[in-house]
Amino acid sequence: MLPTPLDLYTQTLRGLASQWWWPAVFKPLHFPQISRLIGSNPFQRSNSINAGQSNLSLEKKMWGIVRQKVGAGASSIPALQRIRPAASSSRYYSSAAKEMTVRDALNSALDEEMSADPKVFLMGEEVGEYQGAYKITKGLLEKYGPERVLDTPITEAGFAGIGVGAAYHGLKPVVEFMTFNFSMQAIDHIINSAAKTNYMSAGQISVPIVFRGPNGAAAGVGAQHSQCYAAWYGSCPGLKVLAPYSSEDARGLLKAAIRDPDPVVFLENELLYGESFPVSAEVLDSSFTAPIGKAKIEREGKDVTITAFSKMVGYALKAAELLSKEGISAEVINLRSIRPLDRATINTSVRKTNRLVTVEEGFPQHGVGAEICTSVVEESFGYLDAPVERIAGADIPMPYAANLERMAVPQVEDIVRAAKRACYRAVPLAATG
Amino acid sequence: MAFHVRKSTAKIIPHFRNGMSFLGSLEMGFLNSYSTHLRSTSFAAHKIGTRVLGSENIPAHLSARRFESIKVGKQVASVNDDRDNQVLEFPGGKVKFTPKLSFIPDREEERIPCFRVLDDHGQPSIYSNFTQVSKEIAMKMYNDMVTLQTMDTIFYEAQRQGRISFYLTSLGEEAINIASAAALSLDDLIVPQYREAGVLIWRGFTLREFASQCFGNKYDYCKGRQMPVHYGSKRHNYFTVASTIASQIPHAVGAAYSMKMDKRDACAVTYFGDGGTSEGDFHAALNFAAVLEAPVLFICRNNGWAISTPISDQFRSDGVVVKGRAYGVCSIRVDGNDALAVYNAVRAARKMAIQEHRPILIEALTYRAGHHTTSDDSTRYRPAEEMEWWRVAKDPVSRFRKWIESNGWWNNEAEAELRSSLRKQLLEEIQLAERSEKPPVADAFTDVYDVPPSNLQEQEKWLRKTIKTHPQDYPSNFPL
Repeated sequence: MLPTPLDLYTQTLRGLASQWWWPAVFKPLHFPQISRLIGSNPFQRSNSINAGQSNLSLEKKMWGIVRQKVGAGASSIPALQRIRPAASSSRYYSSAAKEMTVRDALNSALDEEMSADPKVFLMGEEVGEYQGAYKITKGLLEKYGPERVLDTPITEAGFAGIGVGAAYHGLKPVVEFMTFNFSMQAIDHIINSAAKTNYMSAGQISVPIVFRGPNGAAAGVGAQHSQCYAAWYGSCPGLKVLAPYSSEDARGLLKAAIRDPDPVVFLENELLYGESFPVSAEVLDSSFTAPIGKAKIEREGKDVTITAFSKMVGYALKAAELLSKEGISAEVINLRSIRPLDRATINTSVRKTNRLVTVEEGFPQHGVGAEICTSVVEESFGYLDAPVERIAGADIPMPYAANLERMAVPQVEDIVRAAKRACYRAVPLAATG
Repeated sequence: MAFHVRKSTAKIIPHFRNGMSFLGSLEMGFLNSYSTHLRSTSFAAHKIGTRVLGSENIPAHLSARRFESIKVGKQVASVNDDRDNQVLEFPGGKVKFTPKLSFIPDREEERIPCFRVLDDHGQPSIYSNFTQVSKEIAMKMYNDMVTLQTMDTIFYEAQRQGRISFYLTSLGEEAINIASAAALSLDDLIVPQYREAGVLIWRGFTLREFASQCFGNKYDYCKGRQMPVHYGSKRHNYFTVASTIASQIPHAVGAAYSMKMDKRDACAVTYFGDGGTSEGDFHAALNFAAVLEAPVLFICRNNGWAISTPISDQFRSDGVVVKGRAYGVCSIRVDGNDALAVYNAVRAARKMAIQEHRPILIEALTYRAGHHTTSDDSTRYRPAEEMEWWRVAKDPVSRFRKWIESNGWWNNEAEAELRSSLRKQLLEEIQLAERSEKPPVADAFTDVYDVPPSNLQEQEKWLRKTIKTHPQDYPSNFPL
């Protein structure tokens, strides 16, 4: 079921080579096989890859190798729309004191909550010795020991079920899936057990558990590593489903998720881990949490509402920036919480702008956008001045080839076009049929 | 009795399938003619003996560490201490080399024997090193087994009359239910499947509480949310029953891990059937329990049938007990219809689990003497005579009764009084549960989350408004 690290690594390399819009912030490569390339002993993980200090130099070395291997292929594609949310979103944090990557935000949130509550523990594949496939759990094994940072056998159904059982009995597990695609092997425990038990036991047994890991499309890793499960988990009562975008989201929502008495599905994004965002002193305070069930207006506007979550918030902000140059003022709502869904904030915004574009990476049918659309039709239909525009991933399993992959996920220009159609600055889709 | 059994046996023999071959190992001593017959027909290949399984076929590295704590540090032995190069230093321990090309056989020549204390006459084996139970415990065990049997019979009838939607009995498995519960402490967490209502009886769940759950009235601890028999009571340390097969097994491991972290003098105990061992969750749970060194008892009620699937279609191993070793888990096979054997095995297993921080697998051989559930008619796929034989000749309740009678603790008069008083009490409870109010409307919306989110609050508001507007369409006996 799991790809071997070498498979993943190879795929990642190929993905890197072909992603012309690859973010400026480097994505760490983290598999043991990498070290062979740079000549170190693959079995001395703790001395090479796992040691935090050496990560950077390793990454630089790797980057050099990648660049060499990529050759002309990458440079032949014009880097027109490099996505750099760190730069584009900085203006919205006026009190920003410093920057923090999403990875560090998640890591610090875990660290603080483990420190505050001895019942919190981590489990998953590679979370301990290896410090997490994406290094989210870096340093935690050393700090909290193997009783609270558990490396598990490779059985998603096993560690999800064991986590649920531990939560039943009073612990607060944070279960990491290497990617949410692999949570499909454990979905029985997430839905039938975690989500339903508090209700079925009439409140006798609460399930304070967090399932977290990267969700949605990464880059160049194909269908079984690239699906968005927001709509899947979002459809199930009993679960809370969160999707952070920025470092503030990641810290605030993860801390809130761990403290929450209900089961939480926490959908991260691999491509955001390495991105830096400004964080205020308030966000850095150990008491900081973000409210579950509340969306955040990332950018105020008056002409069109754009809803998005996770990585798509960055795209929506970029689109809003481009739209502003054409005189369209877009309001960008970062959903943050897929369930409960902040229908009030969405409808208030739509009643102001009278137009709506929903953006998500997931499949269109029965998606998050479909639910938002229904909410607006039910509650604010009379306020709509244009058909709702829904931007979603293509209705196909994710292809591997870079050109096909790019077409399968929403791009900034798709959002710009949709917003223009909604504002009647372009021909509506319905008229082009 | 003997005559009756022999008579029915003659009819049964041709119906036995190879899949029921564990019968062979259960059948010792009593009914010699029967077991000889059985062996000479269906099970000629399986010799019946008491020899303890030899260790010659166990891989050396496994047998050496079998009873040791599995810590990585211990496994890394000093490298190169065997200069003659006869062993391979391998992660997990040394492996001996052999010049002989041979495969580990699919099963041992002799099947794993079944631990038994009481024979079919209720007489304890003089060779058994079992722990005696006190008169007080024995009487409660018997009382509770009869309670379970009677409750099952009457609730089953109530379902047939259409008074409840569903029911399932534990008929034939009373000993596993009650004797395992008796061997545990109330601090031990039960993570049940669904054929373990007897554990709740032992722990003091009342007949009224059972009836309230089955009828889904407002006194049900689960607020009428679960189908009948899916009991759950935090007060009794009895986890809410899940319908999904085997998902409770990893949950028990997780709970056991939590207990271990809290350094509690208790373990988690989970039950499942033979069919459940085919689920991935069973395998994941055993592996995790071994690796996490979790104090958990896995009690498999191998009752021969998973609905209509006989164990020969379920697995080709020597039952379930052998699967423990593959995961590094100690295991025992026990006669599930012998209450004293179950009691002793569970008691010893509990002690090992807690003191040594290890999981234990117990395979109790028994027979599902009733239908799978009220949605099932098992005469369509198994001979009625087979069921009848197990019900009569192998009934665990009457075997235990013979033992307490031979101790002078029980007699026919007490028996008649117990059964009639239970019956009367159960009929009263059913009527009471039926007449009791149903759960209120608010109970539909609470506990989905710790605090109801706004959309649920709105839904409840709408529902109440609708009921107010259309009272004629809303049943008057449902409380608002």
